[in-house]
Amino acid sequence: MTTMIRALLGATALTAAGFAASAQDTTLTIATVNNGDMIRMQGLADAFTEETGIALEWVTLEENVLRQRVTQDIATNGGQFDVMTIGTYEVPIWGAQDWLVSLNDLPAEYDVDDILPAIRGGLTVDGELYAAPFYGESSMVMYRTDLMEAAGLEMPDAPTWDFIKEAAAAMTDKDNEVYGICLRGKAGWGENMAFLTAMSNSYGARWFDMDWNPQFDSEAWANTLNDYLDLMNSYGPPGASGNGFNENLALFQQGKCGMWIDATVAASFVTNPNDSTVADKVGFALAPDNGLGKRGNWLWAWSLAVPAGSDNPDAAKQFIAWATSKDYTALVAENEGWANVPPGTRTSLYENPEYQEVPFAQMTLESINAADPTAPTVDEVPYTGVQFVAIPEFQSIGTAVGQTFSAALAGQMSAEDALAQAQALTEREMKRAGYIE
Amino acid sequence: MARAVTTQRKAINTLIAWIVGLLIFFPILWIFILSFHSEGDAIKSPLEVITSTWTFESYATVQERSNYFRHFWNSVVISVGSTVLGLIIAVPSAWAMAFVPGKRTKDVLMWMLSTKMLPPVGVLLPIYLICQNLGLLDTRIALVFILMMINLPIIIWMLYTYFREIPGEILEAARMDGASLREEVIYVLLPMAVPGIASTLLLNIILAWNEAFWTLTLTAAKAAPLTAFIASYSSPEGLFYAKLSAASIMAIAPILIMGWFSQKQLVRGLTFGAVK
Amino acid sequence: MATKASRTAARAMISPSVILLLGWMLIPLGLTIYFSLLRYNLLMPGARPFVGWENYEFFITNPAFTTALINTLLLVGGVLLITVIGGVLLALLLNLEMWGQGIVRILVIAPFFVMPTVSALVWKNMFMNPVNGLFGYLAKGLGLEPFDFLSQAPLASIIGIVSWQWLPFATLILLTAIQSLDSEQLEAAEMDGAGPFSRFFYITLPHLARAITVVVLIQTIFLLSIFAEIFVTTNGGPGNASTNLTFLIYKESLLSFDVGAGSAGGVIAIILANIVAIFLMRMIGKNLDA
Repeated sequence: MTTMIRALLGATALTAAGFAASAQDTTLTIATVNNGDMIRMQGLADAFTEETGIALEWVTLEENVLRQRVTQDIATNGGQFDVMTIGTYEVPIWGAQDWLVSLNDLPAEYDVDDILPAIRGGLTVDGELYAAPFYGESSMVMYRTDLMEAAGLEMPDAPTWDFIKEAAAAMTDKDNEVYGICLRGKAGWGENMAFLTAMSNSYGARWFDMDWNPQFDSEAWANTLNDYLDLMNSYGPPGASGNGFNENLALFQQGKCGMWIDATVAASFVTNPNDSTVADKVGFALAPDNGLGKRGNWLWAWSLAVPAGSDNPDAAKQFIAWATSKDYTALVAENEGWANVPPGTRTSLYENPEYQEVPFAQMTLESINAADPTAPTVDEVPYTGVQFVAIPEFQSIGTAVGQTFSAALAGQMSAEDALAQAQALTEREMKRAGYIE
Repeated sequence: MARAVTTQRKAINTLIAWIVGLLIFFPILWIFILSFHSEGDAIKSPLEVITSTWTFESYATVQERSNYFRHFWNSVVISVGSTVLGLIIAVPSAWAMAFVPGKRTKDVLMWMLSTKMLPPVGVLLPIYLICQNLGLLDTRIALVFILMMINLPIIIWMLYTYFREIPGEILEAARMDGASLREEVIYVLLPMAVPGIASTLLLNIILAWNEAFWTLTLTAAKAAPLTAFIASYSSPEGLFYAKLSAASIMAIAPILIMGWFSQKQLVRGLTFGAVK
Repeated sequence: MATKASRTAARAMISPSVILLLGWMLIPLGLTIYFSLLRYNLLMPGARPFVGWENYEFFITNPAFTTALINTLLLVGGVLLITVIGGVLLALLLNLEMWGQGIVRILVIAPFFVMPTVSALVWKNMFMNPVNGLFGYLAKGLGLEPFDFLSQAPLASIIGIVSWQWLPFATLILLTAIQSLDSEQLEAAEMDGAGPFSRFFYITLPHLARAITVVVLIQTIFLLSIFAEIFVTTNGGPGNASTNLTFLIYKESLLSFDVGAGSAGGVIAIILANIVAIFLMRMIGKNLDA
């Protein structure tokens, strides 16, 4: 009897070992960004390896370094990565170049139709889905309920820019280091320009007209920049021209910001009592508008894609299907609670009654739905993308324009000069790239 | 010899030197302190930081998240490998330049130094494409070779200036005694050159250890050294002071400890021909 | 003195490094020059037509180009000034008799072991940040308005950070040189009634000339291509206030992946670096011959 069991056990062990050995031959190299949700995925991915026998190698890098590494790799067909974490900016450009493997053949149980339409639209080129969203974000207003109350104001669900100005003025108390509003000021296409471009959309401005002529000489841009500078100079924290997402997050968590308009994913950080001193005093509202039909919020999704140069496209797809599935969401919820699941990708998540209890869930969904990357501006434009222009030249143009705007914020040049410079340098780059004569 | 310094004088010297030393060292001390606190505490005001609870939390997180030892080992292999390889090539060259100087020796030396002026960002793409075609992306061999090439001029130059301090008469004497070139190098030159070689070795290991451009752009998972490890802790979404501090301490500690133990060696050999 | 045989041997010993460095220089440089004459953007596959000087023209006519040139020189000059003066003072200090000299020495050398990215991040967030940084707390403690280093004085702040990293190197070399100074000579001068200042200027400083040359030479090579510190702290801004040549090339070659313009920038940077180098050699090369 016992011998029998032993023999059986032995045989099972052998089979298991054999299986493990053959499966271990497949190793995926995954390039990802070092944001909290990805770090969590890395921790939970052992489950995937156990299930499938596919081993994973992680290359976790800071956003700017990651972007440079993967772009270089994919453009030279370097083949160093099997799965890349990229954003809604890269997907349309790379997809159009056939640099990515289409994900249209993901299994039925993956339920592609469950993905939020706004996000899915941003990841699809000519009907081919080129990346699966890991988490999606928009931007919204995060504000201090206690300060708002003390100021005798009430934040509407959909505030206007005028209200934001009024509230910022009322909440500012510089002697006690409370600044009415914190906004991004650090130069960069993904830093201050993400915010300013989204803001400009709600002011009726746009980057280019239908003939690709830069529009920084328009009145709408002048209004955008003037209002931004006015807000920051009067009610913003010192050193704002160096503040990016992280710096503002630290300020807000220490109770030094009355309002902060930034990524919806920040909501889980500012309401986390371990890190935030104001965790129980945070309210959320949609990004402001000016009554022109567009709000000042952006749309972004960190997504997983398979580069065409991958040696293991099937295993890579298998991993992507796992990491962006409903089951993964459930796994995170089980381990870390519903507030920590990757947000903003699936309709089913927002229909889940348990997730609806999370304080920022509803506002995140509404913000995402309020953004439309295919029609981001009041006037018609030839490009897609809300807080960026999905053309390869945008990274450097956006950063250069961001530098002039952050110089204006630092008081080194006037708003007029900054706009004139932005116009000139964008024209120069667009001429070089052959968009305009 | 030097006169005895009064105790009082010595005390003043000590006081000033320690204050200056601690001020310069302070940033490192501060990240050391921050690394032992939770993220929430690490962004508080300095006094609150010191009085808040000390914890190993950040180190545990870093340890759990990254394969520190693989990065560490890659750093060791790359920095030591490139330096040793560089020395093997540089010692004969520097010896020849120092003891058999020709008319153009100086020019050659200066030309060598000028190759270091190639700005890495400008030549990134050519090098990247070459590595890709040779299948050397994400390998330690590629980095050993590239860092060796980058530091070779410095290595040759350091050795050259050091070798020149070795009195030629000794070599002449050895030669008179019928020593062959090989014997001359092994029995006469090398023993005298050891301090210079040692400090060249140390300095270049440090330079290679801290090199962050090539090591980041040419590696992915397998060959990534500690610079890549750091790149996964700088500015993520969320608070990162404590984790960054812990990761930084882990990245610089090995080289700092090495420097500590070898500082006498390091100082002794860095003469650059300053000793007459 | 040297025989013909030893000359041949010497040539054989030099050749490996010369050949390697020649290859290292010519292959990437050749490719860079070649790329700089093409319209070549990594993000736009397709033909790479020959365009002659267009990329050079584009790079030089960039309004930020002159600023970047000036910033590069200011950065190199500023750091050299601080590290040489600071290095001499520190070396003099460390050469005095004291207790715990070894420990003080390692404290002073330590910044050299810190990776550039780490030191930039630490200075930016933990010291210079006007709200959370230590300097900010210090200013507030003294009842002053915190100074916003990186937006009000970006280049000076970066010079400060880089100087902190390179001060140990200068100190180390200068200290070695000072230790080799003949103390009898100093004593004799003192007997003759020379004050500490004239002793320093007439004996110590000339003795250090060569070591200073070395510091200037080696640091210049590294400082011309400072990148990580700018990238992490200010991203070249506000405006172009802290953009140097390397950062400008980075914008072309790694942000827009415009290989043509990036390569043109690289070639220009190499030429300029060599001009600086020749200039340096002329000025201070004499010291090295001694």
